[in-house]
Amino acid sequence: MAPPTNRRPGFSRRAQYSLFTGYIVAIVGAGLGAVLLIVTALSPHAFASVRGAASDATSPAAAATAQARGAGQGLFAIVAGYIAAGSQNAQLRHEAEIARVRLAEAAAVSDENRRLKATLALMDEDPRPVAAARLIGSTANSSRRFATLSVGSDRGVAVGMPVRAPLGLIGRVLEVGRRTARVLLITDTESVVPVRRAADGVAAFAQGRADGSVQIRLISLGVNPLKRGDVMVTSGSGGLYRPDIAVAVVASLTRDGAVARVLSDPAASDLVVVDPMWQPPSDVPVPVPTKAKR
Amino acid sequence: MKAPRIARSGDRYPQQIDRAPSTLLAGAVPWLSVMLASAAPSWAFIASAPIVPPLGLMVLLGWRLLRPGLLPLWAGLPLGLFDDLYSGQPLGSAILLWSLAMIVLEIVETRFPWRNFLQDWMAAAGLLSAAIFFGTVFANLTGGSTRLSVMNPQLLIAVLGYPVIGRLVAVLDRFRLLNVRVLG
Repeated sequence: MAPPTNRRPGFSRRAQYSLFTGYIVAIVGAGLGAVLLIVTALSPHAFASVRGAASDATSPAAAATAQARGAGQGLFAIVAGYIAAGSQNAQLRHEAEIARVRLAEAAAVSDENRRLKATLALMDEDPRPVAAARLIGSTANSSRRFATLSVGSDRGVAVGMPVRAPLGLIGRVLEVGRRTARVLLITDTESVVPVRRAADGVAAFAQGRADGSVQIRLISLGVNPLKRGDVMVTSGSGGLYRPDIAVAVVASLTRDGAVARVLSDPAASDLVVVDPMWQPPSDVPVPVPTKAKR
Repeated sequence: MKAPRIARSGDRYPQQIDRAPSTLLAGAVPWLSVMLASAAPSWAFIASAPIVPPLGLMVLLGWRLLRPGLLPLWAGLPLGLFDDLYSGQPLGSAILLWSLAMIVLEIVETRFPWRNFLQDWMAAAGLLSAAIFFGTVFANLTGGSTRLSVMNPQLLIAVLGYPVIGRLVAVLDRFRLLNVRVLG
């Protein structure tokens, strides 16, 4: 295509100056961007309030899109459900039978737990959630994984509060606006969650890999005890995340840990719950279960 | 002097004596479309992996390559700032990268005044790759530690998807110049 003639300033001083000013402003803009980047590198939350205001401003549009997204996903699920209805029905019946037995067993265990806790005079506290909310967006093309929450400081959400879905942990609140909050998802590379294996309590860290999975790093190195299918839950060590929230299931083993798939896919989590920050009960002496010595 | 054409049936953009394009529409559509492309993807998907291409930058490049001079050279500054507020990148990343992209395209245009779409596509592909690479580097400098290979699917989608965005920008360009204003 031929270059358009209106790009050439000709002999007009005004056109020449405006073209020249355009160059200067563009170069100054690039310099300004570099300066802002350096400021952000030195203090990552320097512009949190600006981002919060921007996110507040578009929250109605984002919330409307979130509802449409939920409806769309429901529609796809229904259509997909019809395709495999027969075999899936039989399979689900079978699973429901097994689950009913397991549920009875779990009820018994929970009952026993309550009695044991009562004898130890431990408070059986299940903290009341701060707010129930909707995930109204997430970063799309950035390598950082943040999501936007539909509630903010007006509903008592504060920085550091864990966010979870019915299926497991989503992340924690990073920045708070007035009507929205920014959540650091557990798949972000900056997020580190202390976890343990649900079955026997092998302690580890879960660090995000930015691609929908987390890297499980064992605390005590040595023989890797993890196996595929192991479920990792929060250990509660260090506070912040309350213990026993499901986090991820091991998908493949690495030399010093594993790569695990996150259980609560934020894309599928419609409603989420903001929990208060958990503090480990340091004043109550917890008896350490002792093994019989050989 | 050429007389104005009379509207005929089947004429997609009939020129009428008492109609003209709206200056507001003609001026605002490029800016608004880039801003919408920056903000809307973050509402449309909750993505657990960064596979959505940088749509704001793609639409900006589309306008810049289709209509040189329509957006000023410094458009990367305000549009990049807007993108940074929603993209999750550290503030300043898109301001820097989009400003540089506009300057680079200006240089490309002086060097190769006559281009076809394939060359435009190659220029856009180069700029998109650079923007995704340096965007990840900037995000890593400010707290992240993402492996660059995580961005490969996004890079592929962005490069292969650019012609689609180019068509979309062309449709918007026709919408921009609709004869909606009633004269007189």
